[in-house]
Amino acid sequence: MIGVGKTKQYANILDRPISKGKQEVSLSAFAFLFSELVQYNQTQVDNIAELERRLEDAGYSVGARVLELLCHREKGNRRETRLLGILSFVHSTVWKVLFGKVADSLEKGTEHEDEYMISEKELLVNRFISVPKDMGTFNCGAFVAGIVRGVLDGAGFPAVVTAHFVPVEGQQRPRTTILIKFAEEVLGFGTQSHKSLRKKRVQVADQTLIIPGK
Amino acid sequence: MPAIYSLYIINKSGGLIYYKDYGSAGRMDTNDSLRLASLWHSMHAISQQLSPVSGCTGIELLEADTFDLHCFQSLTGTKFFAVAEPGMQNMESLLKYIYELYTDFVLKNPFYEMEMPIRCELFDINLSQAVQKDRVAMLGR
Repeated sequence: MIGVGKTKQYANILDRPISKGKQEVSLSAFAFLFSELVQYNQTQVDNIAELERRLEDAGYSVGARVLELLCHREKGNRRETRLLGILSFVHSTVWKVLFGKVADSLEKGTEHEDEYMISEKELLVNRFISVPKDMGTFNCGAFVAGIVRGVLDGAGFPAVVTAHFVPVEGQQRPRTTILIKFAEEVLGFGTQSHKSLRKKRVQVADQTLIIPGK
Repeated sequence: MPAIYSLYIINKSGGLIYYKDYGSAGRMDTNDSLRLASLWHSMHAISQQLSPVSGCTGIELLEADTFDLHCFQSLTGTKFFAVAEPGMQNMESLLKYIYELYTDFVLKNPFYEMEMPIRCELFDINLSQAVQKDRVAMLGR
């Protein structure tokens, strides 16, 4: 009876439930901001590889934060520990929150065991961007690649992530493929459960600790 | 028969930043198109001064025997004008739509330098789609 209709007051900010947040922001505002990000970084570098690296680094910090937030908001403070689990988390949950849709496809590389690809017909960051011919294969999707690397790295699956244009037959515009190449130490995780592997590691660590004490 | 002969975009200082012709009629070489662009820029400015009523925004339509010249000026002074066959009704909305494409695919492109000639693949693609669509709509009427 008392306080009906009143919002509950929390003494401590940490007790407050995390809000869903406003779900959408203006695409134009984002496009202009992203355009400025690219233009600023362009003034700071003297080659395209460097520009790609800087965009990826900018994305990396976004990815690290997104992982933290989404694990809390969507997953009840649990984080994916399986390789396929984290990949589908990126492909669906992360993509949906960032771009409002699930990514077009998630595939395993045919030539290499440790490669996975996320493909988008039209990547949101590239919607208004035409890369001039003299910049070759440069793709502003490097920013998104950085986000993916940030998420994977934060979740304990270090990988090298790159963005590429892939021409599609019968289509004027190429699609963008985010290529994920996992680091060597990740590969074992698919077959063995993460936990048992970690236990083994702890044991190894203990042993090395004991040896100097002898 | 093309409904629209050619399209020009000029920056706020009168320089031609985009030119495209549709069909062979009214085709111009580079020098002529640059000359027409700066000439139109000046005439547009003079017409504003000549107007007896204050608040004139310049020539919007020039009618001739064989063609109409439709002009749309954005708030920032960039002018879009198109040479089209006489009596076309929907040119104003087409020019406004082209302005929309310009703001999307040119201004939001980090590799475009302001006031410089427009070389953006996405703008070209979307522009030709818009003109094509407009032509189909014309035929349907």
